[in-house]
Amino acid sequence: MTAVVNVFLKDGVLDPQGKAAHHALDSLGFAGIEDVRIGKQIIIKLDTTDKAKAESEVKEMCETLLANTVIEDYTIEIN
Amino acid sequence: MKVAVLRFPGTNCEFDTQYAFEKLGHTTELVWHEDTALPSDIDLVVVPGGFSYGDYLRSGSIARFSPVMKAVTTYANDGGKVLGICNGFQILTEAGLLPGALKRNNNLHFISKHQNLCVINNDNAFLNKCNKGEVLNIPIAHADGNYYIDDAGLKEIEANGQILLRYSDEKGKSVVINGSVTSIAGVCNKAKNIFGLMPHPERALEAILGSEDGIRMLKGFEV
Repeated sequence: MTAVVNVFLKDGVLDPQGKAAHHALDSLGFAGIEDVRIGKQIIIKLDTTDKAKAESEVKEMCETLLANTVIEDYTIEIN
Repeated sequence: MKVAVLRFPGTNCEFDTQYAFEKLGHTTELVWHEDTALPSDIDLVVVPGGFSYGDYLRSGSIARFSPVMKAVTTYANDGGKVLGICNGFQILTEAGLLPGALKRNNNLHFISKHQNLCVINNDNAFLNKCNKGEVLNIPIAHADGNYYIDDAGLKEIEANGQILLRYSDEKGKSVVINGSVTSIAGVCNKAKNIFGLMPHPERALEAILGSEDGIRMLKGFEV
């Protein structure tokens, strides 16, 4: 199974990279952009076929290492 | 005083840190990140600056799981004094030994320059030889020094006197440098035996090189 983890700064925590990209897109003439957030995607290959087990393991990985929950939120997708 | 200076792959301020404490007459010992114990009879652990593990994932996020950090956590929980400078500060917040987190500077630049800092609280084991409101000129050099803490956390550390340093002008008035919440440059834990700061006091030891305020700060750490 493959777990796709997306990590983003929490809403309300200023994302300086997103803001810079937003500004650059505005400068290039792209209209109607309300907000840009930049995060990271982490892809983890797992040897299990048990989806629930995979989910709980990856959640623990996020809480322990992959995200800093003081400033970041994460989503997990298991395929 | 005996000072243990930690060393991770990517640490690059360990020798400057040793030089600083030895200049003040202390003995120092480098401790490798794979060591599971700290040297005996130490009075201070320093987590120095650098780019541990290449700053991969987040600054300090991987170093904090090094074997030596278990020993540091035990040492700190027993009341031992721990100082984190720059990357060391990031490692200590990642380890949960200090409140808050450090994120990318608001202007996305690596900022490297001399910076005035205002001493906000001195009732702790580190800055008790400095005066409240005193301004120190100490270099900063970081890309991820933008201190974040949520509103509830900020109130708590303000009330407990855990904010030790703020970026300021030469008169002590706060200035925005990297986007840090209320211009915070350094904080301590609730028990006031763990101190993390982004500026580099070990780089401010000679007047001829711009400032010797680092000596003034580091002298306060003596037991």
